[in-house]
Amino acid sequence: MTALERLWPGLLLCALALPAAAAEPSSDIEPRVEACAACHGHQGRSAEEGYAPSIAGKPARYLYEQLRNFRDGRRQNLVMQPMLAFLADDYLQEIAAYYAAQDPALRVAQRGAGEQVLATGRALVEHGDATRRLPACQECHGANLLGHEPAIPGLLALSPDYLAAQLGAWRTGVRNAKTPDCMAQVASLLSPDEIAAVTAWIASRPVPEAHRPSADTPPELPLRCGAAP
Amino acid sequence: MKRGMLAALGVAAAGVVGIAAWLEWPEIGEHVTATDVPPTPELIEQGQYLARAGDCIACHTVPGGTPFAGGRRIETPFGDVFSSNLTPDDATGLGTWSSADFWRAMHYGKSRDGRRLYPAFPYTNLTRVTRADSDALFAYLKSLPPAASPPKPATVAFPYNTQLALRVWRALYFRPGEMTEDPQRSAQWNRGAYLVEGLGHCNACHGARTWLGGTDAAAGYSGGTLPQLGWDAPPLGADRPLTDAEAAQLKDLLQAGTSARDVTTGPMAEVVFHSLQHLRDADLTAIVDYLRTLPAAHPETARFGPLVGAEQGDALRMLGATVYREHCSDCHGADGLGKPLVYPALAANRLVTAESANNALRTVLFGGFAPSTAKHPRPYGMPPFAHQLSPTEIAAVLTYVRSAWGNDAPAVSPAAVSER
Repeated sequence: MTALERLWPGLLLCALALPAAAAEPSSDIEPRVEACAACHGHQGRSAEEGYAPSIAGKPARYLYEQLRNFRDGRRQNLVMQPMLAFLADDYLQEIAAYYAAQDPALRVAQRGAGEQVLATGRALVEHGDATRRLPACQECHGANLLGHEPAIPGLLALSPDYLAAQLGAWRTGVRNAKTPDCMAQVASLLSPDEIAAVTAWIASRPVPEAHRPSADTPPELPLRCGAAP
Repeated sequence: MKRGMLAALGVAAAGVVGIAAWLEWPEIGEHVTATDVPPTPELIEQGQYLARAGDCIACHTVPGGTPFAGGRRIETPFGDVFSSNLTPDDATGLGTWSSADFWRAMHYGKSRDGRRLYPAFPYTNLTRVTRADSDALFAYLKSLPPAASPPKPATVAFPYNTQLALRVWRALYFRPGEMTEDPQRSAQWNRGAYLVEGLGHCNACHGARTWLGGTDAAAGYSGGTLPQLGWDAPPLGADRPLTDAEAAQLKDLLQAGTSARDVTTGPMAEVVFHSLQHLRDADLTAIVDYLRTLPAAHPETARFGPLVGAEQGDALRMLGATVYREHCSDCHGADGLGKPLVYPALAANRLVTAESANNALRTVLFGGFAPSTAKHPRPYGMPPFAHQLSPTEIAAVLTYVRSAWGNDAPAVSPAAVSER
């Protein structure tokens, strides 16, 4: 066996590992994205949990899609759009990978809501409504609502205001995702009262110890989603 | 009596003829010939390069949309126009155009049907482009995948939306004609002039504009406000010639978006991102060679907010020094020198010391990243401070950086910050 032959398996492994390695955050990324910390917190753990949510530990593919959505105008925000306007895809991918790798350290951002409201919200989150083909949140975001790698975000520990604003924005076409935009379809089926109920219930859920998005095979999605093919 | 009336009629007739002749002036000598240039791969590649030099994609693409399919809203003081579809779609793009039609648009500012185009399409510059380059550009655009993207009607108000208004505008501000070389200057300088004055259309932003939106040749590259974009374009001339080291830094800035001392922001970051980073090294050298010979020109900018008295200025500077120490000096340094290629220097920084604090204020309020480029793919970002600092604190820190380390620019009033 020549040295080259002995090296082959190793070389092959290196070659296979390359695409994955490209997505690994490099050591000097943190100071480059320090600008993001002003709103999203140190390492992406937001201090205020308001309209600038924590981004630490969210699925990398989800974060990457959102960065592109803001840059390309599918999501609108006065700060985010100009901030990202002239950043290349490779760099956005690296930024997404960096924040996905951070420890989320989630905590409940609860707010009181009436029992009736919570019951309505719970029913929609757990069962949806077959009569109007509204899937349950849990069908895609997981029974524990912690999301799925690589593209479906968890819904816990976000402020109900933020969650309601996102559903409202999808309903009115202000927030968009890659077509087919499954969340736009879902939001269009919800009334404003139902959005309030669903987000109140989600925000009331305790955050479990292990709060990473599930790495199992993603579920069969009830709707077609361009951002989570 | 009869003679008087005749004389008056004669004067009126002469006036009409005179005006007609004046309006006709830019149209005289219009001559468009057909060319038959086979679209070889080399020609298409050259055309792609020229399209980048002209930054055509920036206006002719909706953010996130199909490249060159048009439809982007261009705001002007006279109403909005929408860019046209440059892909070779038969019904909505350039599919049925010939290279002669394209040349007519570039050189004479007219559409295929003879309609005069709105000068938001910068044909006052593009008329300088050679026929050979125009044909190469056309070959490239024809090679793109056709995309259906119907034209959107402009919302320009009467009377500016009439062909007569466009005739008047053209008589005032437009003379078709290719670039003539200056034999006193080097080939490199002339190449730079061709790119800057022609395809690059730098004076679209960096040139002064008249009240009718014409570029004012006499005022040169004095820059000015871009009200529709919310940014100011700085003047391009300098009071003294740039040293070789400064010229090299300018080239770095245009090529990489980040130089040892400076970064590009706002609309200029877009130009670097889509256009300048892709240019050949020799062409960037030529552009800088030309730019460094531009005479100094000073913008006539309106005062930025209310005048600040000496006493209030001193108070703002003192508060500003504290704000700077707490929020800025970690990156930009107590000495205002920043960190090469990472954080821009604020001392002797033209964005900081511009007469109007508009661009500096925007940067503090909204932050931003330098553009990703081949030479500087992972730029650093500046955080937004709009929600962290009060208008008074922002006015104070601006006042401080505009007067520290040898900078000498007017103080900024808190009222000017609140207005934003």
